[in-house]
Amino acid sequence: MSETAQKDAKTADNDVERRLNMIEAINDALDIMLDRDPDVIVMGEDVGYFGGVFRCTAGLQEKFGKTRVFDTPISECGIIGVAVGMGAYGLRPVPEIQFADYIYPGLDQLISEAARLRYRSAAEYIAPLTVRSPFGGGIFGGQTHSQSPESIFTHVSGLKTVIPSTPYDAKGLLISAIEDNDPVIFFEPKRIYNGPFSGYYDKPVEPWKKHEQSKVPEGYYSIPLGKARTVREGGEMTILAYGTMVHVVESVAREKGVDAEILDLRTLVPLDIEAIEASVRKTGRCMIVHEATRTSGFGAELSALVQERCFYHLEAPIARVTGFDTPYPHSLEWAYFPGPVRIGEAIDKLLSE
Amino acid sequence: MADRPDNSAFDGSNKPQLALHVPEPKYRPGDTVDFTDLNVPPAGEQARPDETCDPKETAPLCHDLVRVLGDDDKAHGPWDPKLSPDVLRTMLGHFATVRAFDERMFRGQRQGKTSFYMKCTGEEATSVSAAMALASDDMVFPSYRQQGVLIARGYPLIEMINQIYSNKGDKLKGRQLPIMYSSREHSFFSISGNLATQTPQAVGWAMASAIKGDSRIAATWLGEGSTAEGDFHSACTFAAVYNAPVILNVINNQWAISSFSGFAGAERTTFAARALGYGLAGLRVDGNDPLAVYASQKWAADRARANAGPTLIEYFTYRAEGHSTSDDPSGYRSAQEREEWPLGDPVMRLKRHLIALGEWDEDRQAEMDENAATHVKQTTKEAEKNGILGHGLHHPFRTMFEDVFEELPWHLKEQAEQAVHEREVKFPEGLPNR
Repeated sequence: MSETAQKDAKTADNDVERRLNMIEAINDALDIMLDRDPDVIVMGEDVGYFGGVFRCTAGLQEKFGKTRVFDTPISECGIIGVAVGMGAYGLRPVPEIQFADYIYPGLDQLISEAARLRYRSAAEYIAPLTVRSPFGGGIFGGQTHSQSPESIFTHVSGLKTVIPSTPYDAKGLLISAIEDNDPVIFFEPKRIYNGPFSGYYDKPVEPWKKHEQSKVPEGYYSIPLGKARTVREGGEMTILAYGTMVHVVESVAREKGVDAEILDLRTLVPLDIEAIEASVRKTGRCMIVHEATRTSGFGAELSALVQERCFYHLEAPIARVTGFDTPYPHSLEWAYFPGPVRIGEAIDKLLSE
Repeated sequence: MADRPDNSAFDGSNKPQLALHVPEPKYRPGDTVDFTDLNVPPAGEQARPDETCDPKETAPLCHDLVRVLGDDDKAHGPWDPKLSPDVLRTMLGHFATVRAFDERMFRGQRQGKTSFYMKCTGEEATSVSAAMALASDDMVFPSYRQQGVLIARGYPLIEMINQIYSNKGDKLKGRQLPIMYSSREHSFFSISGNLATQTPQAVGWAMASAIKGDSRIAATWLGEGSTAEGDFHSACTFAAVYNAPVILNVINNQWAISSFSGFAGAERTTFAARALGYGLAGLRVDGNDPLAVYASQKWAADRARANAGPTLIEYFTYRAEGHSTSDDPSGYRSAQEREEWPLGDPVMRLKRHLIALGEWDEDRQAEMDENAATHVKQTTKEAEKNGILGHGLHHPFRTMFEDVFEELPWHLKEQAEQAVHEREVKFPEGLPNR
């Protein structure tokens, strides 16, 4: 972790064990990978001298120099495009797209180029980039700073999509993503950058340091892509979630006293289908929760997979709880968000069937 | 139509009525072509600034036309690259190979041996002569009409034909449309098929080379039509911002399928002039003049290698044939354009230049052309032993799933098993020939 971020972490932490919020954990992962691998470079809008609008790259330019960590023009097409060229040279670029909502101008370079380069060149050229981008709502970002476009990327063959939900996972998964030789979309749930979220926007924010998963060891470690995390075991139902929603469903389940098994998928492609099958076969009930819009969301894919593979173990129809099929509204943000009411009622219904 | 607001002063207003301009080419099928209004300056009259000059000094050259070979078939002026007759004959040999190859592959497509082909007739210099001015390990990010680069770099013709036939010998495993080659060994980037996407990639490669303190530069090619893509704007911006060691070659061959260059803005200014707004060095060059192409590419390469900055070059040329085997240009442009094209044919111009130097003659040219045709024909027969496109099912079905990712994830494993199963159901006796 860079010195600036380290200072922040120390002042925020009086415990013996090192506790980091998600921003610090991401900064730590970037720091370690920049240090370990001279081919890693970090670039994006405002990531250099300033250290990123969310501070994820704070102190890195000072430590590694301007040719390893630098600002870019406001051009997502250009950022992804030059990253593909850098990957062809042999670098391992980690571009930041400032908000997931801004990634669309770079889609052709991601979908037609990065995702297909290995395939179309029969592995002569690869695109080992990791595109980091904050995503999701809950910070009054309006319709251009709140979207969850993960299913656009899971639909593309050749892209991996990773979404951490804790500081510990963010560091380990980001290190794996950077080391991966395929292009990875790494979406960071910005609502939980500074603390996990219960789903109650009107209650005080709990900081990460009170959460077990904020214990982030120093130095290198990695978490393999494609392995889900069992957040808690349970027998009554399986809840599949990722990102911010992992914490929301955990808090709602605890509140309702439901014996739910919660799986944090962590990686959508490749998906840990074994963990999903094993859990649903055990519980016989399945609920899928995501913040993204409903139609053609990743929940539809999950629902189809569970139906195809666990149909005879299901005791009730699969439940989907999602954002609504509207743009993310500014002032009605908390009416849009799939919060405790929507999730709680879905849990009741799933158990009653 | 959108309703106007109630307080609109439209009714009874004396404001001038707006009119939309939709570009229209000068000549359509059957029209008599007259190119006398096309400004073709005499060869040798264009100044040649130092390679390390301020981009501003290239401003006059963005509206001029750098030419070396004159109507007298001799080299003129400061841009004369003074190449030896041996180098010129090598260049002419590459031209002969490219032309023979294009003829053969075009015919192969018409004979049903493959699905698609694209010739580069009339534009040979923009790839062959440019490639010869670069170092063999400079990285090129081509568009789809740069077969001349591969041939100038000595890429085996049989690899090209195997790829065009998508046969058993195709090292791209039949995954790519014909002519979308890739050769890392020849520093030739995988051709996308999407337009202009290669331009920011070339800039990124050049940035990486600079980050690493390497000495290799990057060059990219795109058509004038696809300069309208946002990617090209991104490429120019990044190239200028980071002073990337890159050359952006715009091949202005006047036509993007049926859309003339006016639909990319040619009615307003030159494509070379795009450079000025970005602060790039810019050159507008006679693309049918092999010596001018070589000299300009060398100028830009030396400039990039000296950390003096990127260059945007417009090669002014003419697409003598259709866009591809799927295109019939007689439906949208006058056949006379090709005949009347005032900049001539690059192959003929180089041949006449060598003859004027006393270093070549028609007999040797005829022999060269015949040798090229024979070489291509024999190589084609050799490649056909690996099969032609035919039913296309030449590679094991499992290979369809490889290289999507470095490792096969579970869902692709399942789908690969399904594909192999379908093959067994459909072809219980094994695949038919072809």
